[in-house]
Amino acid sequence: MMGLDLDPRAIVISDRLAGVARVVGVTGSKGGIGKSLVATTMALSLADGGAKVGLFDLDFTSPSDHVVLGVDKSFPNEEFGIDPHRVHGIDMMSVAFFSGDAALPLRGDAATSALLELLAITRWGELDVLILDMPPGLGDTNLDVINLLPQVEFLLVGNGSRVVVESVRRALQLFAELKVPMVGLLENMKRGEGAAVADLAKRFDVPYLGAIPYDERVEEALGDVEALRNTDVYATLHQSVGLHLR
Amino acid sequence: MHELALADSVIKAALSAAADAGMDRIERIVVKVGELQQIERDLFEFSLTTVIPKYDARLRDTLFDVVEEKVRFKCRSCGREYGRDDVNIDADGDQGEAVHFIPELSHAFARCPDCGSPDFDITQGRGITLERIEGMDDDDGP
Repeated sequence: MMGLDLDPRAIVISDRLAGVARVVGVTGSKGGIGKSLVATTMALSLADGGAKVGLFDLDFTSPSDHVVLGVDKSFPNEEFGIDPHRVHGIDMMSVAFFSGDAALPLRGDAATSALLELLAITRWGELDVLILDMPPGLGDTNLDVINLLPQVEFLLVGNGSRVVVESVRRALQLFAELKVPMVGLLENMKRGEGAAVADLAKRFDVPYLGAIPYDERVEEALGDVEALRNTDVYATLHQSVGLHLR
Repeated sequence: MHELALADSVIKAALSAAADAGMDRIERIVVKVGELQQIERDLFEFSLTTVIPKYDARLRDTLFDVVEEKVRFKCRSCGREYGRDDVNIDADGDQGEAVHFIPELSHAFARCPDCGSPDFDITQGRGITLERIEGMDDDDGP
């Protein structure tokens, strides 16, 4: 007899992601710097280019990818697990599909467990890239993803604010220490000619993916993918980040 | 049929644990099923006993025990401990369905019956746990 008291979910994660060629975590060390906008628009851009793309909103307490893409919150189909919703050519999963309009307050352990559950039961199938929209900071979910998904690569979003630059530097320092592969560093909401973000990329020897200019049309485009396709965000991601992921 | 995915994870975890222990045949698998997740027990047992084991010889003739565990919550705000009957999750509606898929969704719907806080720990009875396996090496046979 062998007593185990074992959580069986982690062991099937590699099977569930067996058909996924790349897993890219879009992360940033501060809130409000455009991670969700970058993650969703990047997914849209890659899907428009013919890639098979998945988008997984891991910001469990404040999911917003469905808002950016204008997706209704409805339960996913269930068949030997759960199937992501297919929206605008993207296979998408979010806790918002389950929580509806309710707030979801989660401590770290509960967020870890929710992540494990969704990784264990979601059927992603064959994908060229699965984009993870990470919650801000370097807390539980970012660390869980590093531990649970050894194939993950991170795309770090920052901007030129001194407050953000300082936190981006810390994030780059940690990722280097943990030897996490980096797609690169992307500058968002760029105003002026400052080169602090590009300098950080050079200092940490990660690709600088370019700068998305501050685009006032973005707020109006939220929830409307046709309008989103006409933003500078889409154009920049299509030209620069797409080259690194295609 | 989300139970099939959960059963699949139990089987794979059992096979991995058996391999680590040098066990050539698994005679019994004991699985604990938490009340909160509202697993369809018949469907789960069907998945365990009929669908998955045929894919691996180590699971031939394996017996399965599915043991139910009552859910317990502990409020982080006032310390009250309580059970499933003390919270208003609509078991047959969307709330119950959400908690079935992801038990942590209970934090969106359940509240402490004393102080109303959504800040609680699920101390037992959340979901599925591989409790133990029993088996033998081929060398142990008659």
